[in-house]
Amino acid sequence: MELLSLSPPGWGGNLLRGLVNSLQIALGAFGLGLVIGLFGAYGKLYGGVVIRDLLGIYTTVIRAVPELVLILILYYVGTDLINQASEAMGYGRVEISGVVAGIWVLGVVQGAYSTEVLRGAIQAVPKGQIEAARAYGMPAFLVMRRVTIPAMMSFAVPGLANLWLIATKDTALLAIVGFSELTLETKQAAASTRAYFTFFLAAGALYLIVTLLSGVVFARIEKWARRGQPSLRAGQSR
Amino acid sequence: MEMGLDDRLGNGAGQNTADEAIKVTDLHKSFGTLEVLKGVSLTARKGDVVAIIGGSGSGKSTLLRCINFLETPSSGTITVSGEAVEMRADGSPANRRQIERIRTRLAMVFQAFNLWTHRTLLENVIEVPVYVLKTPRAEAIKKAKVLLDRVGLGDKAETFPSFLSGGQQQRAAIARALAVDPSVMLFDEPTSALDPELVGEVLTVIRDLAAEGRTMLLVTHEMKFAREVATHIIYLYEGRIEEHGPPDEVFGNPKSPRLQQFLKTVGW
Ligand SMILES: Nc1ncnc2c1ncn2[C@@H]1O[C@H](COP(=O)(O)OP(=O)(O)O)[C@@H](O)[C@H]1O
Ligand SMILES: [Mg+2]
Repeated sequence: MELLSLSPPGWGGNLLRGLVNSLQIALGAFGLGLVIGLFGAYGKLYGGVVIRDLLGIYTTVIRAVPELVLILILYYVGTDLINQASEAMGYGRVEISGVVAGIWVLGVVQGAYSTEVLRGAIQAVPKGQIEAARAYGMPAFLVMRRVTIPAMMSFAVPGLANLWLIATKDTALLAIVGFSELTLETKQAAASTRAYFTFFLAAGALYLIVTLLSGVVFARIEKWARRGQPSLRAGQSR
Repeated sequence: MEMGLDDRLGNGAGQNTADEAIKVTDLHKSFGTLEVLKGVSLTARKGDVVAIIGGSGSGKSTLLRCINFLETPSSGTITVSGEAVEMRADGSPANRRQIERIRTRLAMVFQAFNLWTHRTLLENVIEVPVYVLKTPRAEAIKKAKVLLDRVGLGDKAETFPSFLSGGQQQRAAIARALAVDPSVMLFDEPTSALDPELVGEVLTVIRDLAAEGRTMLLVTHEMKFAREVATHIIYLYEGRIEEHGPPDEVFGNPKSPRLQQFLKTVGW
């Protein structure tokens, strides 16, 4: 147990640092994914032919290729492109922060899934509600902010909750590019102490706690998003 | 009302236009190859209640929806309170800002209510005043409460629409319409989605509005009601105005065989 204590010689501090890194990346990637997803969904629904085709390629490719492969591609391609650009401008190679790289790589992956979740949710909003907003003189952006997005939330939250959990776990894949998130920290701790079982059990528990807490948070969000909708459960409707 | 029929249809030249709330001239609308409106002209003066009747698919909804540009007319002109809507050659609005501004003066009441289900009745009623017309929130709330009271929903301000009956939802939708101080109200079959026992409560509210001199265009299948509240009846048949005139004439002495047939089928 003292292996897990927070200060050296315990490795608990390293694990927690890894967890914080993981959460940071997951949160950033999820947020970036939401932004990409919102533009993607609107683009797919209302964009011109070119935009729709490009988005179609994006979501299909991202969802077809295994995430591990995508992470390798996006990470190395991404860092390579930035370095080339920087060298071309005469700055020399730049050190890319692991957190930023992780957020960009996972965010692009999340964006493809978010696009589909949000597109479905937007389509589920009753047309009449959007029409009423337009009929009363709301400009397009206001319609989106005040009507479409709040009204689609109840349809989107379950899918987004899934995406968030996938984001937290996908951070583990970043271990392959040497980013010290929870899984890599765990592996190092386990390798140095030979206490594989202890550390991976601890890491598993941490992932589980994240999932459970997320469940609570998303349940709240969903309840809020469903305000105004009669419960389907018998005895509570009307 | 004492004007000739041609004047009422907007064909009269040189009339005083100051009190024209809506003037539609030679409106055409096609969906693809299907021409739904084939040259409709009408004028509603301040205080007029123009009832639009006609069979299903005759273009009644399309006419209303072209007036606030929910549908893009194919050609024709539309003037709201003397302000001509700027249109391109293909009928599409040339000035988005103008359309948005004009829409806030044309409050629409839909067959399916179209309340925002994620907002309470009060929130529904203050939404447009606060976010579009930039009325101070406190002022909007005060007014919204008065309006909800007026349609008999004062005690439901904090309720979400889905928990109410259709009649209550439609009355709330009327309160939402009144909240923008519209110059013209557009009703598209406001009672057609309601259970029969709920129709009366909505008609009562609309009757009150007519009595206080509100200008409205009212698409309805309630012939008795139309005859009672309207100052003018327009009978639409396959995208054209087949017959029009004061209610007593149109209902009492229909001239067109098609109108006679229509009135018979709706059990007049
Ligand atoms: N968005 C649309 N696309 C294609 N056809 C439409 C559309 N809206 C209405 N129509 C057609 O236009 C005709 C008139 O419709 P509408 O104005 O709704 O009639 P009404 O309200 O008198 O029943 C119908 O034949 C209908 O099918
Ligand atoms: Mg209709």
